[in-house]
Amino acid sequence: MPEIRNYTLNFGPQHPAAHGVLRLVLEMDGEVIQRADPHVGLLHRATEKLAESKPYNQTIPYMDRLDYVSMMCNEHGYVLALEKLLDITPPLRAQYIRVMFDELTRILNHLMWLGTHALDVGAMTMFLYCFREREDLMDMYEAVSGARMHAAYYRPGGVYRDLPGKMAQYQSSKYKDEAETRRINEARSGSLLDFIEEFVQRFPTNIDEYETLLTDNRIWKQRTVGIGVVSPERALQLGFTGPMLRGSGIEWDLRKKQPYEVYDRMDFDIPVGVNGDCYDRYLVRIEEMRQSTRIIKQCIEWLRNNPGPVILDDHKFAPPRREEMKDDMEALIHHFKLFTEGYTLPAGEVYTAIEHPKGEFGIYLVSDGANKPYRLKVRAPGFSHLAAMDEMSEGHMLADVVAIIGTMDIVFGEIDR
Amino acid sequence: MSRYYRQLAEQARNKFGNRIQSCDVEWGELTIVADRHELLDVAVTLRDDPQFAFAELLDVCGVDYSEYGGEGQWQGARFASVYHLLSIEHNHRLRLKVMLDNEPPVVPSVVDIWAAANWFEREAFDLYGIVYEGHPDLRRILTDYGFIGHPFRKDFPLIGNVEMRYDPEKQRVVYQPVSIEPRVVQQRVIRDDHRYADRLQQEEEE
Repeated sequence: MPEIRNYTLNFGPQHPAAHGVLRLVLEMDGEVIQRADPHVGLLHRATEKLAESKPYNQTIPYMDRLDYVSMMCNEHGYVLALEKLLDITPPLRAQYIRVMFDELTRILNHLMWLGTHALDVGAMTMFLYCFREREDLMDMYEAVSGARMHAAYYRPGGVYRDLPGKMAQYQSSKYKDEAETRRINEARSGSLLDFIEEFVQRFPTNIDEYETLLTDNRIWKQRTVGIGVVSPERALQLGFTGPMLRGSGIEWDLRKKQPYEVYDRMDFDIPVGVNGDCYDRYLVRIEEMRQSTRIIKQCIEWLRNNPGPVILDDHKFAPPRREEMKDDMEALIHHFKLFTEGYTLPAGEVYTAIEHPKGEFGIYLVSDGANKPYRLKVRAPGFSHLAAMDEMSEGHMLADVVAIIGTMDIVFGEIDR
Repeated sequence: MSRYYRQLAEQARNKFGNRIQSCDVEWGELTIVADRHELLDVAVTLRDDPQFAFAELLDVCGVDYSEYGGEGQWQGARFASVYHLLSIEHNHRLRLKVMLDNEPPVVPSVVDIWAAANWFEREAFDLYGIVYEGHPDLRRILTDYGFIGHPFRKDFPLIGNVEMRYDPEKQRVVYQPVSIEPRVVQQRVIRDDHRYADRLQQEEEE
């Protein structure tokens, strides 16, 4: 009888279920995981070091590229840190726009998570369904910022532009005939707000559709119920935040507990799990999408009735309008100063956090009074979630590792930074 | 918010006395600076004392203060290890800071107090070379296998020291010294802005 020893299995970094560039070194006893050692850093771009060499505003686009499926939320965390040190509050309309786009981003993120998680576990259809809706959300990003993904839309003191009154129209091509184009363009015939409203009207039905495919699905439940269980005590110890913490039954949401912008005026609920397994976290995120549509509806109503400025009229940190620059010397100087040297912040240290779709996204900013950050630390939620990989997967089968990676909702842009 | 934290600072001062070096509220955030020999003691108290109840450690990061305020301006210890704590029970936050002067900087690990510190301390070790004593597995985490140096220190160049390319003769990837020139597009400037001075004064008067 030969002696059976543990063996080591290398998983990734080019495995499709590794969500990018995760390399996992698994120590196996037969098909049971003894120890999981994630090797991260393959996407490390030193964003924090780069930020130290750039004026404050030039770091906003880098924030988009951290968690590249919830772009505007990253910007939001960073911009809040700047605003805290500058001691400014954006106009109310800008705050509503930010909340609305934060929630659209949450849906965007959760759709990506749901599609890939289900795909990893074996439900191909979900992926296609989720990406169908993501396309509309991308169009909203494009309408408001000009970019489908990396928006750079939030600025200290507000947002870059007001919501457009017109949506871009599709043109027919040999891949899309006239009738199809007309159908797609119909929802896009009004303003951006009309388009978003049409989306949130139909989106709950779409969520029902996803749920019919998964929630009571026998295979889905076999793969997720009782997998990766985290008790509330351990969740706190391991530094979990966001849906990972709520899935374990702790009711903690920064939007309610430490409200920023206009979240205190919004009416919504926080879903909480019971068992702390993959299935509960799935239910929590599905419900979060429903709650997001509720918040967006409230924002749309307010935004329709309250036109106004979307960025503070202070040229020390917000550029003057193009027309002003044509015949106002002062405006021209401000514009030049702002886009070359930028603005300086007072010396000090702040930490700001927002409820990012993945958890608490924090920015720790150390300023020495210069026009560039002295030290910028991004507290990425996925980092502490992935750190718990070893503990969550111990004793599970190899196939469950995939489900656990999926449920963590990890994106390497933010983990490796 | 500031008032609440000033009260919390008072509680901390009473609790720790001269076991902590300072305890200030700035920008509505409470910062405690502790000596590295007292760190574990202070951390356990912050976690277990019901008036603080910091059950969750959110972040650990290193800071290199050597060029703070311009070159040669900084007089204090070069490194800092910064911990961000959150209490879900009381809904408050705290920043715990340890200043480190030695080379290499050494600080006890808090991984036994908060398990979340594990990877964060590895990261600070990797990027700043801060050695966390008692950490079970202090390996590099973000940089490449076999990387030399600690890239986030201020004396590490932004462009790095080595670059990687494929060598067709050796038929493998090789490292060589960087071929690009360092470049500063925007100078770093510190301006005395009177608006900020006024505000600080206002805050003190409050």
